[in-house]
Amino acid sequence: MQRILIFGATSAIAAACARRWNALGAQLFLVARDQTRLATLREDLTVRGGPRATIETATADLADLSTHIGLFDAAERALGGLDIVLIAHGTLPDQTACEASIDTTLEAIQVNALSYVSLLTEAANRFERKGNGVIAAISSVAGDRGRKSNYVYGAAKGMVSLFMGGLRNRLAGKDVAVVNIKPGFVDTPMTAAFEKGALWAKPDTIAKGIVKAIARRRDDVYLPGFWGLIMFVIRHIPERLFKRLSL
Amino acid sequence: MSASSWNRIPRVAHSAEFDWSNRFAALPEADTTLLAHGLGRSYGDVCLNEGGTLLRTRSMDHFIAFDRASGRLRAEAGVSLKDILDLVIPQGWFLPVTPGTRFVTLGGAIANDVHGKNHHVMGNFGHHVTDLELLRSDGRRLHCNREQNADWLYATIGGLGLTGLITWAEIQLVPISNPFMITENIRFRNLDGFWEQDAAVDAGWPYTVSWVDCAATGKQRGRGVFMVGQHAPVQPDLPSWKERAPTFPIDPPMSFINGVSLRAFNFAYYHRSLPKGVTLQHHVPFFYPLDGLLEWNRIYGRRGFYQYQCVLPPEASREGIDALLQRIAASRTGSFLAVLKMFGDIPSLGMMSFPRAGATLALDFPNLGDRTHALFAELDAVVRDCGGRLYPAKDARMSTEMFRLSCPRWQEFSAFIDPRFSSSFWRRVNGSE
Repeated sequence: MQRILIFGATSAIAAACARRWNALGAQLFLVARDQTRLATLREDLTVRGGPRATIETATADLADLSTHIGLFDAAERALGGLDIVLIAHGTLPDQTACEASIDTTLEAIQVNALSYVSLLTEAANRFERKGNGVIAAISSVAGDRGRKSNYVYGAAKGMVSLFMGGLRNRLAGKDVAVVNIKPGFVDTPMTAAFEKGALWAKPDTIAKGIVKAIARRRDDVYLPGFWGLIMFVIRHIPERLFKRLSL
Repeated sequence: MSASSWNRIPRVAHSAEFDWSNRFAALPEADTTLLAHGLGRSYGDVCLNEGGTLLRTRSMDHFIAFDRASGRLRAEAGVSLKDILDLVIPQGWFLPVTPGTRFVTLGGAIANDVHGKNHHVMGNFGHHVTDLELLRSDGRRLHCNREQNADWLYATIGGLGLTGLITWAEIQLVPISNPFMITENIRFRNLDGFWEQDAAVDAGWPYTVSWVDCAATGKQRGRGVFMVGQHAPVQPDLPSWKERAPTFPIDPPMSFINGVSLRAFNFAYYHRSLPKGVTLQHHVPFFYPLDGLLEWNRIYGRRGFYQYQCVLPPEASREGIDALLQRIAASRTGSFLAVLKMFGDIPSLGMMSFPRAGATLALDFPNLGDRTHALFAELDAVVRDCGGRLYPAKDARMSTEMFRLSCPRWQEFSAFIDPRFSSSFWRRVNGSE
């Protein structure tokens, strides 16, 4: 039975993953910031999972890196070990506010990049010692290229992507997979302020792709898949031209 | 941000929308009025709030508790009936009352106090709501059941979302042995045949409904198929059944339903070969034939359509239904699925609930502008003369007069409306826009 640790479990995408894994009989350890929302998710998974479901939880503010090791320890104790770690917490910083404030920018980098680096490092070291496991983290298509509309978020996600590439390379000889999930536009509370068009996907669609990508131990995964094509084009636009575009 | 409901009329702009996923959160600060919006499967503007704020509740979809032994389920208001059925059917439980689609939320089912084919034995959805929580804009959370805050319970059941936000509800399910139904289909040759059948049908069938050929005229007026069902007992051999639901693939500018296609379909549907005697049928095609074609509302084209559902009191049902069908057939418009059913005499709990004893007729009409409205005016006149009512959840056009006849307790109800909640429907039928 798979033992799965999820950071940012109450985010729409992660919660949908938790439901899918719960349906597959996995044992879950869920970490989130908001106690009541976490309890709500736990109740939901317990009802869906039935009497045998194992749903453990812990609340933490993941921007505080000092909490991280304790959370891994707690999860391993509760589940008797770990097979999969999914890192899915995050914020969508207000780009304009970031431009006006270094503190706001660094806060966004702290939550969306540095906390990932810390969790990824800890997960990698544990799985390397153990000799197997899957580490997955949600970065973003926004991390593929810097754009004026959200380069603070993009830079943080870009760092996560590069860092995971390196980890994957480091762990290639071991039985440890490093899965980089790059969702496109997803209709979640985080993006509530946006007008939704045809490119927008539902959280459960992304979750389905994540669960599958992890089962197949994929490397970089665009979700939904058509974003692979879109980002291929975007990555290949010459910078001389790209810098003048409003994408 | 604009939104419309299932029939695509009206399409209105909202000043803001919130994706409401946390039932513990306080209601948003907004200068405009609020309204919960679930899956938007009502046929009109009860779920719309033009110029106001929509709280989209579909993400507030967590189960809270389920007692497998007693069949009590507590869930957040944004769970859909399909979510509930997926959870409870394999564990031997079923919704006590279900409307004709699973794609509605629990909150919506309560706010419209929906009914189903078993009204004559089980009443409305609201009869099976044991508890609910109502979040008011002053921050109060009212736990409502038949002992405490009972007046709020009865205002909120059928209350069209106007009494505040329903955050969660608890319902009592009914036990079943498997997902199948024992069903029987009986053809009737005209409306008299329907009444004979209705009188003759074994009162033991908990589910009854009739399809009526709304295009048939003369001696054939009111012909159709009487369908009855009950949950199947344990079977020695259950057939396998896999749900397949294609999506209606295109969004045509014009309605596919016109005088010709209507007559052709209804003729073919009436004459289709029916299995003899009782048969075992999966519950999905029995309860939810239209869920088998996703986005079927596109069939009516981009101008959308109206649904008309009324109930006529028992003493006026016979002549009244005949008069309605006569006018509908003469108009040469209507729909593939006209539904006729006798409600039982279980009184509704909600102040604003639609069901009452008598015959209810429901059907769709493509939006042909004035022609459609002229027909509705004729139908309204019949309903009014019979002392009947119209169903707010299926309405995008009733007059203030028809509303007050349809919901005679509207004034008493008004006292329970949250001062920060409103809807396009409410303002329309009260003549304030």
